[in-house]
Amino acid sequence: MRLADLIRFAGSRLVRLGLLLMAVSVFTFVLISLSPISPVNAYVGADIMQIGPEQRQLIAERWGLDQPMIVRFWQWLRQFVQGNWGTSLIFNQPVLSVIGQRFQASLQMLAIAWLLSGLLGLGLGIFAGAYEGSWLDRGIRLYAYVLASAPTFWVALLLLIVFAVSLRIAPICCAAPPGTLAANVTLGQRLHHLLLPAITLSIIGIASIALHTRQKLIEVLHSDYVLFAKAQGESLAGIIRHHGLRNILLPAITLQFASLSELFGGAVLVEQVYAYPGLGEATVQAALRSDVPLLVGIVFFSALFVYTGNTLADFAYQVIDPRIRIGGER
Amino acid sequence: MIGLPQTSSAPRWNRRQVTLAAIAVGAVFLLGIVLSSTIIGRTGLDPLLTARNQPPSLAHPFGTDWLGRDMLTRSLYGMSLSVRVGLLAATVSALIGTSLGLAAGTLGGWVDAVITWMIDIFFSLPHLVLLIMIAFAVGGGTQGVIIAVALTHWTSLARIIRAEVLQVNSADYVRLSHKLGRSHLWIARHHMVPHVIPQLLVGLILLFPHAILHEAALSFIGIGLSPHLPAIGIILAESMRHLSTGYWWLGVMPGLLLLLTVQAFDLLGENLRALLNPKTSQG
Amino acid sequence: MLSIRQLGVSFTQYDQGLNQRQLTVITDLDLEVQAGEVVAVVGASGSGKSLLAHAVLGILPDNAQVTGSLRFKGQPLTPARCAQLRGQDIALIPQSVGYLDPLMKVGPQVRRVAQLGGLSKAAAQTAVGRTFNRYDLLPSTQGRYPFQISGGMARRVLVATAVVSQADLVIADEPTPGLHPEIATETLTHLRELADEGRGVMVITHDIEAALQIADRVAVFYAGTTVEIAAAADFPERLRHPYTQALWRSLPQNDFIPVPGHQPSPDQLPTGCLFSDRCPWFTPDCAAERPALRSVRGGLVRCIHAD
Repeated sequence: MRLADLIRFAGSRLVRLGLLLMAVSVFTFVLISLSPISPVNAYVGADIMQIGPEQRQLIAERWGLDQPMIVRFWQWLRQFVQGNWGTSLIFNQPVLSVIGQRFQASLQMLAIAWLLSGLLGLGLGIFAGAYEGSWLDRGIRLYAYVLASAPTFWVALLLLIVFAVSLRIAPICCAAPPGTLAANVTLGQRLHHLLLPAITLSIIGIASIALHTRQKLIEVLHSDYVLFAKAQGESLAGIIRHHGLRNILLPAITLQFASLSELFGGAVLVEQVYAYPGLGEATVQAALRSDVPLLVGIVFFSALFVYTGNTLADFAYQVIDPRIRIGGER
Repeated sequence: MIGLPQTSSAPRWNRRQVTLAAIAVGAVFLLGIVLSSTIIGRTGLDPLLTARNQPPSLAHPFGTDWLGRDMLTRSLYGMSLSVRVGLLAATVSALIGTSLGLAAGTLGGWVDAVITWMIDIFFSLPHLVLLIMIAFAVGGGTQGVIIAVALTHWTSLARIIRAEVLQVNSADYVRLSHKLGRSHLWIARHHMVPHVIPQLLVGLILLFPHAILHEAALSFIGIGLSPHLPAIGIILAESMRHLSTGYWWLGVMPGLLLLLTVQAFDLLGENLRALLNPKTSQG
Repeated sequence: MLSIRQLGVSFTQYDQGLNQRQLTVITDLDLEVQAGEVVAVVGASGSGKSLLAHAVLGILPDNAQVTGSLRFKGQPLTPARCAQLRGQDIALIPQSVGYLDPLMKVGPQVRRVAQLGGLSKAAAQTAVGRTFNRYDLLPSTQGRYPFQISGGMARRVLVATAVVSQADLVIADEPTPGLHPEIATETLTHLRELADEGRGVMVITHDIEAALQIADRVAVFYAGTTVEIAAAADFPERLRHPYTQALWRSLPQNDFIPVPGHQPSPDQLPTGCLFSDRCPWFTPDCAAERPALRSVRGGLVRCIHAD
């Protein structure tokens, strides 16, 4: 890809991102404004019982809540763009730093789950596709179809029962042993605590990538170039190694980047079951305890996260596929 | 070149019979779930302290809970409630999807652009985060779940309906109708509706499992139905408190029922689609 | 080198999901290819030509059944021997650039063919360089993807795959259609060279003219069987079978009269001679049984009236 193309690509993506974030901000602002939750109650939180009507009036005036919606929106947006996302009521910290910490905790889990589901899904998809119609293929397909419609939180619960309660080889909750100071947690302990949530997420993520890879490999195996490879004496293993992987990897990578949206949603449920203090758990807390600034912040952040995934997927195509990279054909 | 015939295993039933059988099985199962709460009565819901925390047995296939209530009865009541909530939300969602899809397809222009853009926005947020946000903003509870699910599940159906309308619109017989001076309404009634109705029906049924799963997820994390209405998600959330005591059936069995229900809807929807699709229905 | 006797290829099919049936696409096919000669297999589309190549290479789909005898260098071609020979002793030159992996550079693809032919990686690389040079392909071509090379270059690359495999028998499937006449001639010349170097070459084509440019002998296919095997020199006056004669007359530069009627479809073959329903020489005897291949004036013909 030439530099000019790269700049054009990046430019168009940035414009789209701007439009998207603008839409998300209008959407969330209108939603919150129209909601029956009184903004004063929401912002004051637990202390609401201790303040009288005069104080409420004062707070409303200070925050400009008596202004029309458009004015309030612009004021809010200006603050937002400047990086002032408000203060989380639950954590009593700036929203951005809460998101930063929580995302860091989730990121390791998400990364492991993402890689694991990608690799396992690819592997299972290749086996199923290579032995199309066999019992192995049927088994893998059954697994994928069942998992695709299994409730995420229930799968998490099952694994918790098996590995933490019955076998006692995984911790029952949290990101570290209870009572341990954050500074004293070893790498081993951390890995021990995030492995089961990560595996849960990947077990669910495998389904779509496996089915997709299987379909693509079957398509490749029926192609003319594989027929020619067979005529050259290439074995099935050789065909998959030299032609299969090459041709299924790109769609798989694209799909995997585009799956970040589901991964994020899955993390919300999985972190809830394992009481893992990540961004997903914070989302639930924010909604349950009416932490509006944090919830809005997370909505924005998740939109950014998903958008990054989709953009990387597009970018992967541009960079990896020689037909687009060199030929400019699509 | 000679077209190579594909092999397939020899079925004892033909495909149409299998499809019809699958539809029947799915429909009977789901009807059973919805009606179960009126059929089996409430006796299983009464606490029975002599029969607390019993693992699954013939008398109690799903075991009993810490109050001695029959888990099968509770699960069926919960599932029935969840299915009804899911059906309502999915139906509203399907109506939204159909109207927006029809509007985008027939009116075109800026209406189409705005609706397509809205669909794109919905796809660029994690679905669950969007659900939580809407459920929270409208004040939570049963109403919150229904609104949240209804407002977030219309996008795929709207896309399908829009594509279908665009396809029909460009068909020759519709162009001819336009030339003959038929009104938009006449064309919509005589040409669009017969094409859109099967899509709508299948789309609606395939929406149900998503709606039910998301209702259960929201209830599970505590943003959905209130704990006084023991929907399937609430029952599963309750089971979390008793996990470490080894009462595995409290979580496993209700979840299994949820999984089966979702699979039954998928079975019903996919087979109905195969039946209604002229390409596959002749087999 | 290659000897085919009474080859039959049929497929098992299920119609309406209920009834199993056999679809016979090649019946009683006979053919011989010697070292150093080019044998052209000519027939209209749908006559089972490409399946012949796939049968020799043992790469027919799983639901295909093969009957009759296939022998290579005197030994029967069992599935196991097929698997061993393809790519080593028998090579295929496919129809188009579409038979190359779209995401793999041309050089490595041809090198892979050489390695499958039994060369070490280094030897294979040398062979690729030498062969590309022989066919006037610049060394930089090796670094290109299939979509980046022209139709003529693609042809030469495909011929190069057969050369680097060191196979003794080369089967070229439809080497000329869609090509510029000059490039078609060039490709045919390359195939002739392969035979002159001692290989056996089988060219499968629907283009009689192209076939006559290089072939020593021409086998004419009709509805999955050989109706005539004639020397190239027999064209056009000394042809034996009415179908071959009709085919020749249908060429644009000759009378341009299309052969009347249609080739029978594989599930509705006539009981007797397969050409009987279109034949100007038809007599009731023709419908009695399938005529055997017999020797007439130094060639082979499947017609009871030929002399």
